Amino acid sequence: MAIALAIGKRLRDALRDLAPIVLVIAFFQAVVLQQPFPNLGNVLVGLVCVVVGLALFIQGLESGLFPIGESIAEAFAHKGSATLLLAFALCLGFGATVAEPALIAIAAEAAEVAAEAGAIANSDEARTSYAFNLRMVVATSVGFAIVLGVLRILKGWPIHRLIITGYVLVTILTVFAPDEIVGVAYDAGGVTTSTITVPLVTALGVGLATSIKGRDPMLDGFGLIAFACGMPVIFVLAYGMVM
Amino acid sequence: MSALLDFAADFLGTVATTVFDVLPILAILVVFQVVVLRRRVQNLRGIVVGFLCVLLGLALFLIGLERALFPIGETMARQLTEAAATSGAAVDWRDYTLVYAFAAAIGFAATLAAPPLLAVALKAQKVSGGAISAWGLRIAVAVGVAVGVSLGCFRIVTGTPLPWYIVAAYVVVIVQTFRASRTIIPLAYDSGGVTTSTVTVPVVAALGLGLAANVPGRSPLIDGFGLIAFASVFPIMSVLGYAAVVSLIGRLGKGGNAAGTAGSNDQTKGTELNPS
Repeated sequence: MAIALAIGKRLRDALRDLAPIVLVIAFFQAVVLQQPFPNLGNVLVGLVCVVVGLALFIQGLESGLFPIGESIAEAFAHKGSATLLLAFALCLGFGATVAEPALIAIAAEAAEVAAEAGAIANSDEARTSYAFNLRMVVATSVGFAIVLGVLRILKGWPIHRLIITGYVLVTILTVFAPDEIVGVAYDAGGVTTSTITVPLVTALGVGLATSIKGRDPMLDGFGLIAFACGMPVIFVLAYGMVM
Repeated sequence: MSALLDFAADFLGTVATTVFDVLPILAILVVFQVVVLRRRVQNLRGIVVGFLCVLLGLALFLIGLERALFPIGETMARQLTEAAATSGAAVDWRDYTLVYAFAAAIGFAATLAAPPLLAVALKAQKVSGGAISAWGLRIAVAVGVAVGVSLGCFRIVTGTPLPWYIVAAYVVVIVQTFRASRTIIPLAYDSGGVTTSTVTVPVVAALGLGLAANVPGRSPLIDGFGLIAFASVFPIMSVLGYAAVVSLIGRLGKGGNAAGTAGSNDQTKGTELNPS
């Protein structure tokens, strides 16, 4: 019964996520374009899948993964070696990003586009491996981003210097990276930080900043997301140059 | 019946592949809990049920994505460009006003509804001691995303290089950072990351790719990506800008009041002095 209620609440949240997009599209279809939407039935079935899927996904995270994640983050914040903490940060960033739905979707789409344009071989195998490699590069970069963010909280480094250094690196790498990777690389940053990564990483950051003397959870607890958003750009650009 | 069978096959296939997407994070959490921290895993049943929910949910979401979110973005891009492409072979960016309007509307509406943003906005209100209102911040972020996605579409239509825009945005953010108060900076940077929700990302990405495929002379590979980057950078700018305006108004208000009272004091002194 409790789980049914919880899933009901998640369904409502997922609907609220989707509603603005559907409303805007409905408005443009009905008032501006005045055209029938092709395959409307199929799309509606898909939308139901999206809502139910997102509700189940988030309910599963809340009841299963997030509680362990939060308790581990708290345990590390209060005691334990810095090395283990950093190892945990690396694994957490990596694992959370691998399971991020938006990244799975965008990596597959990027592989599709690259295959159609002839940048990679147009076979299932080439597409799958391109998408997989892209996701691994992004996940590794988020792992390192969380390590850097945790180090920042431990050492009390000012966030803006690190971010500005990142911007400069991105600018320099852009000059040397092949044109076809630049768009995907820039997008990779925004894609990674959604459903799984944001709650897990925020729990870690706020937990750490609360337990370390002289750190303000409001000030120092934030910034991990910003790193997780910037680092993939650098890594994917570098990956494009090596490829 | 066969449609149902197709769906079942599709679903099972997706579940089989998503197992490997969800396993790493589960394994990492369990290993750290049991091996490193040497604590028992509590509520094992809840975790198993949760894991199954995550698995089924992710598979359903990915199927819905293929059937609904991507086609929606692509269809909108196609229909909007068809409505625009009337004036012959040369691409004139002014023909695509509808595209920019649609992009701005999607960006604004989807961002305003995003739950993570609400959490960040409430924290910002607390940090600033109420100077920055949660609603003000949410609107600032939503306007940032709307302008960003809209400008991103303009870039795709004109085919101008993506780095020009993003690097220029970086420069503006850096300049703003040096003028901003220390408390707002981490929040502003984070607000860029939280805006792009799991539902919005595929629709916006498909819009960009569809646009690049339909506007003459554009290639999806070079021009199609980048909208999400716009949606991540522009909110940082608009939040820093909003904070600057709030503090400026605060200072002007205080400064104005202080000057006003000082002036009236002088005047009263003057009037007192005059008769004597």
